[in-house]
Formats: sequence, C-alpha cells, structure tokens
Amino acid sequence: MSAFGDAAAADRSSTRYLARGGLVERLAHGRQKYLVAAACVAVSTVMLLPLVASVLASLKSTEEAAAVPPTYFPHSLSLDSYERLWNYQAGLPTYFSNSLGAALLTILFCLVLTIPAGYGLAKFRIPAKEALFVVLLLGLIVPYQALLTPLFFLFVQLKLHNSLVGLAIVHTAIQLPFSIYVMRNAFEAVPRELEEAAIMDGCNSFQVLLYICLPAVVPAMITVSLFAFITSWNELLAALVIMNKDSSFTLPLILAAARQQTSIGGTDWGMLQAGITISIIPCMAFYLLLQKYYMAGFLSGAVK
Amino acid sequence: MHSKTSRYVGLLYVLPALAFVLTFTVYPLGQMVWMSLHNWSLIAAKKYVGAGNFIKAWNDPQFWISLEFTLKYTILITPVLMVLGYLIALLTAENRPLRQITRSIVFVPVVIGLGASSLLWYWLFSYDFGLVNRALLDLGVIAKPVVWFGADADVALWAVIVSIVWKVVGFGTILFVAAIHAIPGEIGEAAMVDGAGYWQRVRRITLPLTAKTILLVTLVSVIGSLLAFDQFYIMTAGQPRNLTATSVFLIYLNSFPYLKLGYGAALSLILAGIILVCTCLQMLLSRRSHA
Repeated sequence: MSAFGDAAAADRSSTRYLARGGLVERLAHGRQKYLVAAACVAVSTVMLLPLVASVLASLKSTEEAAAVPPTYFPHSLSLDSYERLWNYQAGLPTYFSNSLGAALLTILFCLVLTIPAGYGLAKFRIPAKEALFVVLLLGLIVPYQALLTPLFFLFVQLKLHNSLVGLAIVHTAIQLPFSIYVMRNAFEAVPRELEEAAIMDGCNSFQVLLYICLPAVVPAMITVSLFAFITSWNELLAALVIMNKDSSFTLPLILAAARQQTSIGGTDWGMLQAGITISIIPCMAFYLLLQKYYMAGFLSGAVK
Repeated sequence: MHSKTSRYVGLLYVLPALAFVLTFTVYPLGQMVWMSLHNWSLIAAKKYVGAGNFIKAWNDPQFWISLEFTLKYTILITPVLMVLGYLIALLTAENRPLRQITRSIVFVPVVIGLGASSLLWYWLFSYDFGLVNRALLDLGVIAKPVVWFGADADVALWAVIVSIVWKVVGFGTILFVAAIHAIPGEIGEAAMVDGAGYWQRVRRITLPLTAKTILLVTLVSVIGSLLAFDQFYIMTAGQPRNLTATSVFLIYLNSFPYLKLGYGAALSLILAGIILVCTCLQMLLSRRSHA
C-alpha cells in the first residue's frame, strides 16, 4: 500500500487543508469519522464484490454453476470447473503458455529495443533528435486498432500470422512509445560524472551502457517489463486478428470463444469463471508485488 | 561522449527501435492509405477505386450507426468516470491506512484485462445465470429478470457502462489523488483561516488547481472510449442488429470476417483522424504542464 505514498508522501501537508474542519479532522472527532470510514468500506466492497463472486463461482460444482437462479455462495467447494478448463479444446496449458510466451517475448522486444534507444536519446547528440523522437512516439498518435488491417496483411506476407512472435510484435508496437519515454527519462537521471569517470578509464560507450548505466536503470526496466506483461497478457483485439488457429489462441481469446460454445452445450459459466480467475491472478500478483514500479510508470507515463 | 563522431554513435543506439517503428507502424500506416484507395480483399484482384471507399462509408448506414453509438457511449461514460473518480479521490486523498487501502482496491480492476472483466460482467448480467438479476429480484427492485444484452441497445449500453466504470474508475482516481497531493498546503490553509467550509474549499481551491489533470484524464478517457472494442465484442457481440457495434468493431467486422480490407482501411483512416485530433489536444495540454 505504501507505494501510493511515493507521490503522496511527497506532500503530506497538501491535503491538510482539506482535512482540517473537513472530512478528516471532523473524522477524528465526530460522527463524520464513521461516515468516511463507512464510505471507504462501501467503495471497497463494491469494487471487490465482482471479483469475489467470480472466484466463488469458479469453485461451485458443475450442477451448481449452471443453476437458475444462481446461488450467491457455493454450497460445496469443487475444482470441477478448473478441471474442465484444463481439458477444454487444446487444453489450458496450451493457452496459458501461448499467453505467457507472447508476454515474455513482448518484454524481451521492449527491453532490447528501448534500452539502447533510451540510452541514445538521453546521452548523445543526435541529428534531428526531436523529429526522431516524434517518429518513435508515433504509436501514441496512431492507435494500433486502426493499423491492424495492414499489419495483418504484412504478417501474412511475412508468415508471422498465427505466430507468437507476430503477436508479440504488435504488443511491442503498442508498448514502445511508453517504454521509450520511461527508459529515456531513466537514462537522463544517471549522473554524468559516473560515465565520465568510466570513459577516463578507457570504457567505450557500449561498456558505459553495460557497466555504468544499466545497473542504474533497473527500476525503469522493471516498470517497462511490468507494463509490457500486463498489456500483452490482457490484449484481445490484435490476438483475435492475428491468431486464427485454435491451438495458437491466447487466454483472452479462448475465453471469449468459450462464452458461446463449450463442451456442455450452452455456456459453461463455472469454467468461464475459472478462466477469468486464472487470467486475473498473474496481473494481480505482479501489481501487488511491484506496486512501486507500477505507480512510478503510471504516474509518469499514463497521461503523457 | 560528445565529439562529432558520437552524433552517429547515438543514432546507432536508436536505430533498432527506429527500424521497428518504421516497419511496424510507419509502413502499415502508408499501406493503410494505399489500401483505403483500393478495392482490396485477400481473394479478388486489387482495383483502384480512389475515394470510393470513403464515399461508401458516407453512404453506409452502419458507419453512422457505429459512429453515433461510439460517441453516445463516450458522452455518457466520460462524466460518470470523471465525477466518480474525483469523488473517490477526495474521499481517499489523505494518506491514512483505510484510505490507502481503499485507493489500492479501487485500482485493482485497472490492472486486470478488459477481456476478463468483460466476461466477468457478461456473466453477472446474464439473464438466467447472473447475480445482478438475482440480487435485483431479491431486493425487489425488479419484478422479473431483465434481458441486459441482445434485446435493447440502450439497456445493453448501460450495462456495459456499469462494467467499464467499475473497471477503469481507479485510473482517474489515482491521477487525481496525485494532483491533489501536488497542491501546496499553504494555499488551502490560507483559505481555512478565511473560514471556508469543506465543499467551498474543494470548489475554490482543489478543483481549479487540479483542472489540468482533470482535462488530461478526460481526454485520455475520451480516446479510450472512442476506441472501445473488447467490452462490446464480448458482452453484446454487436447485438441487437449491430446497433452496439462500435467504430473499432465495425473496422474489425469489415476487415476480418468480411475480408473487405480496402473498406476496413478507409474506416481505420477515418477513426485515426478523429483520434489524432484528440491526441493533439492532449499533447498540447501535457506540454504546457511541463513548462
């Protein structure tokens, strides 16, 4: 939780005027205290309820998951839904590893492209740097949703459709502007004296990058990787366009497909909730573990 | 490192990323313009049609239905997101444990996938099997289950809006909280000496001093809404009668299931133009905030 403090702790006093005599101070004394607390609990409950309902539904038995009207709480816990998901079509392991593969490749591509690019942009004088930067950030101006038609055609020619590499390329294109922005800022923050000392010792620019700058930008690398993972893991439209073989589907794709036709005839709601639970877990886990890096990237790049 | 030769050394480092952008963004962009001027499908021969695809869009009722529906969705959801996001930001801005936890929880749906959250709400809003109908029936709000998706485009629209507000309201909240924290404390304290009440201070100080953030978040949210796809693809599938097919949905339908790639490219170009206007506004604004 303290990660929110990064931005927040910087200026504790700034909210004091809102507090005193306002929500917070009266909270300390009067009835308002309970009102605010109640509001917080109410908001949190509303936000958590759908997720809790989904997890609970994934643990219902096969019959109960298909019950009309639905039950609020499972009468008994069962892993049936997970078992059906495990064996659904090409099987959960296939879809899970497709999603994971695309996400890892996206992280790899993002890092390999944006570490040198960030270094180059931050530390060197480059002819027409501003224009270059604009070209690199083009993805911010042209939404990838609009580029999928020609990209699909290009990928057919390059034999990259139905391939995780192709999908990861699109996901990298989505993430590239943000990643370059984050990496450039990180390299800019590395003190010049360090590099100059290394150059005196006879390091060339690549060695400076490798031994001096890289260790200093590890937090930015984590931020870039985290966002690349979340984007790739969750992305639906590009996967829908590029992956049209059942065995190359990612998790969001197979779940979207499973909402209509499943082995038990109609929609298998229990299995669907199991799939949702499984696809949410990695995102939640990384977000909670790496909240500091997430917020750093979010606050610096989300609206710029 | 700043000798003359290093000008090109620097370029060398940027080259891979540049090559990537040229191949996978600039080239497809050019290709898209080219395609939009042709009658182009994977099977038939390509034929130059000039502005034909654009004229076709102008005369295509579905193009207008989709555009209008996308705008309607954007116009309805944006104020809800901003007002709720801001209220939660005011509620949780102070750094105290309960508020920080609430803030974290409000943000959780932002990190999960839009596909997953749409499927989750597709289930919650399901006619027979959904907990929304069950709960509303139990509470006596409705007398019989509501058909949320597939029958009435407006009912479906509101159901989608509920799900998306849940999914992204935390996005604005976190940015608003950061903006509120950036307000110098003295300003508010001066107002307090003047005896201004809580909502007066919010109106006179907090809102004006976070106006730029509000505007930026509004733009980001507008752009996101104009590009809506996942939520409608999964929850409404465009039903009834493609009345809930958004602009991106229409591009997808034309390009892939129908394989009218030229027409799809023309539609993409029109959408890209609309987004471009929004993005330029956004960049102008954020550039000023750096100055």
